[in-house]
Amino acid sequence: MKFGVVIFPGSNCDRDVIHVLENVLQQEVKILWHKDKSLDAFDTNDCILLPGGFSYGDYLRSGAIARFSPIMESVISFANSGGYVWGICNGFQILCEAGLLPGVLMRNTNRNFVCKNLFIKPEHNDTAITANLDVNRAYKIPIAHAEGNFYADEKTMKRIEENGQILFRYCDENGNVNDAANPNGSLLNIAGITNETKNVFGMMPHPERCTEDALGNTDGIELFRSLIAYAAKMEVDVMDDLLR
Amino acid sequence: MNYTAEINVMPLKELLDPQGKAVVSGLKNLGINEAKDVRIGKHITIQIEAENEEQAKTKVDTACKKLLSNPVMEYYEFTMHS
Repeated sequence: MKFGVVIFPGSNCDRDVIHVLENVLQQEVKILWHKDKSLDAFDTNDCILLPGGFSYGDYLRSGAIARFSPIMESVISFANSGGYVWGICNGFQILCEAGLLPGVLMRNTNRNFVCKNLFIKPEHNDTAITANLDVNRAYKIPIAHAEGNFYADEKTMKRIEENGQILFRYCDENGNVNDAANPNGSLLNIAGITNETKNVFGMMPHPERCTEDALGNTDGIELFRSLIAYAAKMEVDVMDDLLR
Repeated sequence: MNYTAEINVMPLKELLDPQGKAVVSGLKNLGINEAKDVRIGKHITIQIEAENEEQAKTKVDTACKKLLSNPVMEYYEFTMHS
């Protein structure tokens, strides 16, 4: 598998993500500019990553203008054809604005820009980035945002729950999901969600910021490893089918 | 013809508006305790060229729907004058 990291004007976590993928995980990375149009070099076992930052200065609404960048049309068709798309922080906001994920990220209810380590718990193992995670473990991952308050109307929330589209929920260090552990007012403590077909992922926490011993925390690497292992397995399965 | 659209984008009534809430406490500090609810949105003006007012309205409506507001959390209204 290979990764494409999209840089928008105002992205600022692109280098971190590229560093983790290339130097920590030895993955092939192609850097994409938001004005690029083609994703022809990618197949559905690859992943397009939208990094964190403040694309277009967060003008209008977070992610609203980036959603109309030339590359987004290709990202939308790539996602619709089954390719992996992963948005972190501002990337998550862009995916919601683009309609690839349901709901919206509103201003934090506490009115603060919250920048700290906290804990999230995977909801299940049914997606590529949670497949190899321990659902009974609280992963320590930092957040850094002012607009991370996940909201969707009642009907949409019901669908999200029924389809198993919740990826992560904010919890305390013992894995208890409660109001005290909710940093931004998100419905159901949602920290990350996926789409109905489970190939598009959005999350507010920054796993790329905790992947090396030198950073004092390596919990984030598990998400990347899970995705890479899952994609590798899918590739083998496809080959097996072809050989059968 | 040149038209001007005056657009208001507001947070949906059922949603909490943290900015408005902060302003309410600011107003209290100012001595205006009577202010109960403050909602903060955006006022946007667009100068637009169109053959007639109807066409201008259609274009502005598309702009509001697709970019200027997010229907999940906001509603919009606008007036048009030449």
